[in-house]
Amino acid sequence: MHNAHAQAASIGGIRAGGDLVARMQMTRGMRLKEAKQYVADKLGVTPFDLSDPVAMTDVRNEHGFGRVHSYAISQPWQANQIEAKFNIARVLDVPINSVEKFKERTAGG
Amino acid sequence: MTNEARVPTRMGDGTFTQMTRSEIRADLVAGSEVAAKRAKVPLLTDDEIDHLLEIYASPLRFIGVDVGEEIVLSCDGTGMKTHATRIQDLQSYEQWMGADLLELCVGDYSLKVVRTILAYEAQYMHDAQLCTIAPLQYGVMPNLGLYSKPDGPCDNWNELLPLGKIAEARAAAEEAVEMAVVDMVKLAESQWEAGADAIDWDTTGASGDPEFLAALRATKIIREKYPDMGVQLGMAGEFVLGMHGQLEYDGVRLAGLWPREQLLLAQKAGATMFGPVVNVNTGKSLAWNMARAIALIKPCMEVATIPVHPNAGMGVGGVPMFVHLPSDAVCRAAKSFVELLHVDGL
Repeated sequence: MHNAHAQAASIGGIRAGGDLVARMQMTRGMRLKEAKQYVADKLGVTPFDLSDPVAMTDVRNEHGFGRVHSYAISQPWQANQIEAKFNIARVLDVPINSVEKFKERTAGG
Repeated sequence: MTNEARVPTRMGDGTFTQMTRSEIRADLVAGSEVAAKRAKVPLLTDDEIDHLLEIYASPLRFIGVDVGEEIVLSCDGTGMKTHATRIQDLQSYEQWMGADLLELCVGDYSLKVVRTILAYEAQYMHDAQLCTIAPLQYGVMPNLGLYSKPDGPCDNWNELLPLGKIAEARAAAEEAVEMAVVDMVKLAESQWEAGADAIDWDTTGASGDPEFLAALRATKIIREKYPDMGVQLGMAGEFVLGMHGQLEYDGVRLAGLWPREQLLLAQKAGATMFGPVVNVNTGKSLAWNMARAIALIKPCMEVATIPVHPNAGMGVGGVPMFVHLPSDAVCRAAKSFVELLHVDGL
């Protein structure tokens, strides 16, 4: 079922910018148009670009947002998982709970 | 007999049938009329019926939305040990299936069951947050029925009601509401400390108005305590059953509410996403079911200030009631919701 919905209508998660738009919906209650525009403005792209994996692969790499693992493009110096979320929080200017907790628990205090 | 060509389409149970365009159009009109009569919502316009007709009379195996019109998928149940560990399931959905957001949950999915393993679930969320990128919520269904005997401590209102013990049934339901609110808030507290991005109340109202009240009250408490934590409130059906009948939230009686009024209360409670549900009639065509779903949810879109993600899974939102869903049916439901209602997600 998920695959059919994904192919028919989804932005595409971390293949493109779907996770970024979803984050603004989920934690900020932004409606779709507003969330797409917010993310696009922060990234310097258009809302149309957000569901294009070709455009967003480069954008994600540039900002260290993590990408789908692929032997063709994955390199050890690229941010992934929690590292990527630090970068997403900074660029989108939105606090991410797990990032804040990570900072608290690694502060050495 | 008609010479009009027939196209393959499906019934609500998923089985194929052959219908002419005229028959499909008649079902679309009938579905809209049923919604209008029951919920007192406007009929779908001729343009909307024609739009749905193009979708449901199409012989194409697969169709989709226009490029650039893509939406967010809520992806509930993505981390529930379907094929590997729960974290590996989450990673699979993120890496292989392009899920826009993720959800950690347990197979039972019931609040009362999760309440006994909060620490374990919080630790699992903590671990999962370190190895996923997409926003990750924790999902449960309030399932208030489990708070009644023999599964729970409260008297069983479903047994009391047929005996005519209305006051006792209402008291039992009210007692369960109080317990569920405490458990929902405790769950959210533990998940917030673990790093969760949001909480998802799934199939809210399955036990009627008491369950919807518990979810609304818990949502308000959680959003006031953790303003950065999202709360997704998804419903169980299109109509809030009056198992109690007198419960109110903010002066509004909950029994009998349809999607638009459900959304208004979810917004008032502070929910960040709302998932309306329209159940599928398995004996009617998918065209009939989709027209009914669009007509019932359309009034939501006009008053929504938060994202609206209609449920479009097995047996809801024009998707057949069958465990292995046919893609031709799922893609038509997705396209219909996006193009006719301009939904924020599914």
